Amino acid sequence: MSAKQLSIARVVGQCFAYATFIVAIGGLASGPTYQHLGEGQATIKLSIRHAGQLIGDCRDRTAEELGVLAENMRAPQVCPRERSPLRLELLLNGESVFAETLPPRGLHKDGRASTYRRLSVPAGPMTVAVKLKDDVRVEGYQFERTADVDLLPAQVLVIEFDAEAGQFEISTGDRPQGRAG
Amino acid sequence: MSGVLEAGLRRTEAGFNAAFGPQWNPLYQLGALSFFFFWIVTVTGVYLFVFFDTSITGAHASVERITHVQWYAGGIMRSLHRYASGAMVITTTAHLLREWVLGRYRNVRWFSWVSGVPLLWLLFAAGIGGYWLVWDELAQYIAVATSEWLGWLPLFGDALARNFLSNESLSDRLFSLLVFLHIAIPLFLLLGMFIHIKRIKLARSTPARGLMVGTLTALVVLSLAYPAVSLPPADLAFTVAQVRLDWLYLNVYPLLDSRGPGFVWGLLGSVTAILIALPWLGPRRARTVGAPAVVNPANCNGCSWCFKDCPYEAITMIPHSYKAGLRQAVVDPDLCTACGICEGSCPSATPFRNVEELVSGIEMPDFPLDRLRTDTQTALAGVTTPVTIVFGCDEALQARAVEGEGVRFLSLPCIGMLPPSFADWVARREEVSGVMITGCQPADCFYRKGSEWTQQRFAGERMPHLRTLAGKSKVRVQWAGPHEADSLRAALNDRELDTSKEVS
Repeated sequence: MSAKQLSIARVVGQCFAYATFIVAIGGLASGPTYQHLGEGQATIKLSIRHAGQLIGDCRDRTAEELGVLAENMRAPQVCPRERSPLRLELLLNGESVFAETLPPRGLHKDGRASTYRRLSVPAGPMTVAVKLKDDVRVEGYQFERTADVDLLPAQVLVIEFDAEAGQFEISTGDRPQGRAG
Repeated sequence: MSGVLEAGLRRTEAGFNAAFGPQWNPLYQLGALSFFFFWIVTVTGVYLFVFFDTSITGAHASVERITHVQWYAGGIMRSLHRYASGAMVITTTAHLLREWVLGRYRNVRWFSWVSGVPLLWLLFAAGIGGYWLVWDELAQYIAVATSEWLGWLPLFGDALARNFLSNESLSDRLFSLLVFLHIAIPLFLLLGMFIHIKRIKLARSTPARGLMVGTLTALVVLSLAYPAVSLPPADLAFTVAQVRLDWLYLNVYPLLDSRGPGFVWGLLGSVTAILIALPWLGPRRARTVGAPAVVNPANCNGCSWCFKDCPYEAITMIPHSYKAGLRQAVVDPDLCTACGICEGSCPSATPFRNVEELVSGIEMPDFPLDRLRTDTQTALAGVTTPVTIVFGCDEALQARAVEGEGVRFLSLPCIGMLPPSFADWVARREEVSGVMITGCQPADCFYRKGSEWTQQRFAGERMPHLRTLAGKSKVRVQWAGPHEADSLRAALNDRELDTSKEVS
């Protein structure tokens, strides 16, 4: 092979290497397509962050108890810090799709309990019911909410608990689907 | 398995050598190319930041303006920013795999290997964070998936994912944080890259100019032919059902859906742990490191040539132990790879010295100069017609590739161990028609600088120079990697072997 032929072969080889390099980058930078959510599926996002009720009432200290405390520590009442775990349940068309007990956070279990879940469900009309129990001393759920929704494919239904208002909010994007206590 | 991989890699490298030449061979400069791509990403990123609106409502529109209104500048910059980032993933990954296949991660190389592992995390974190800023459907998908992924860790909890519940739950403050992270993480990456090469003397962080020009041109061509564009703006009211992923950066995201975040954390954590432990895991192949270099103060005049030539900074200079006003070399055995490059640089490492016992100022206990002299004499014993002596290294060509009629092959741990005066001593012998110096390609020397320093020494550009009365044409340098025996054979055939004389 002459020097000229060798030079041409090298240029061709380099062009081929560079072309392969950029085709690999360009090809992998935006493809192939990935199907994240199935056809005809919608999404429910369930989110709650709420402090359960205290697990017990305050009680008066006895004289004996007060006697062993330093003078500056003699608070007349002692109150439990621990909060109730939350019991959260989500039902679609009457069928439970999520039910979990959420423990309070913190070393003394005196923090808020929280969770976030993303669920894929078939799009279309459905009845959504969500229930919350936040007090171990009371039977049954303290908060319930039911709403009829009609979800488009890929649409997101957000279910949040408004701790200040003490109620669930169920909404799809900018369009609220109703409120209930 | 490792032998097959290494053979495959070497063949590929030989192919690239044929196309690019050893000096431009990209496989020899993968780390330096990664640096180069980092700087492209940095420069283009600064430009994009000037025109970028760091708000939830303005981000997508500003990127669209950059891409389409000033396509000739901002559009190309954006594409370069993206494609150079992707190129960096390719070269970084290839760099890691190559060093692993070639076994260049053990012994003193552990620091560079281990310090490189966190860089992978930072590289991917920087790249993934960049995708969020466009705030298109891909960004939305990544934001939701990443927040849920991070949320699996107790450190983050579900607070991060709650930011992406709906369009109303987003805030510009979060977006400002993302912008900050997209600047801070690359800065940490740069710091990590600096640490990565800190213990490597004369580390190569800039590729060959021709390779830079070629690579940048290729990326510009890609940017013009296939510009990076955004998807429709993010809308958290709808889930992104189908998305065109960047598989270079986002390849683990489908696993989040199919196997869950715990699995992905476990997988990545395991891979990271294995990578970090690799230098100390069982020997992948028999590559023993010889005893570290030893300094003989009586023969050390403190010239510091070995100090300048050691590629691993294993040598320091201190006041001489008993010669007033002079210095002497000291070897740190923990850093010494026993390559012997210091022995090749020592001016006292010359076989012409008229001493009873040939000992140089610094030499390898396993391969002293005296042994090299004896080996040479043994190789030439019984020679009746002059032969060509080939000095090679254990890491490049094996003797059988070229040894034959009229050719003797002597292998050293590294060709940098050969003092030029030794080549002169051999060249002057009547049994020798010529001396051929070979070894790894200078851009890919197993001991980093052995071939390069040897080339410079024999070219008179680095001490000690080759000074020979035998005629410099009798000594020739020809580099050849493990699968480039043909080039060495051709060089040997090109030589005008003087076989007319009888050896007395």
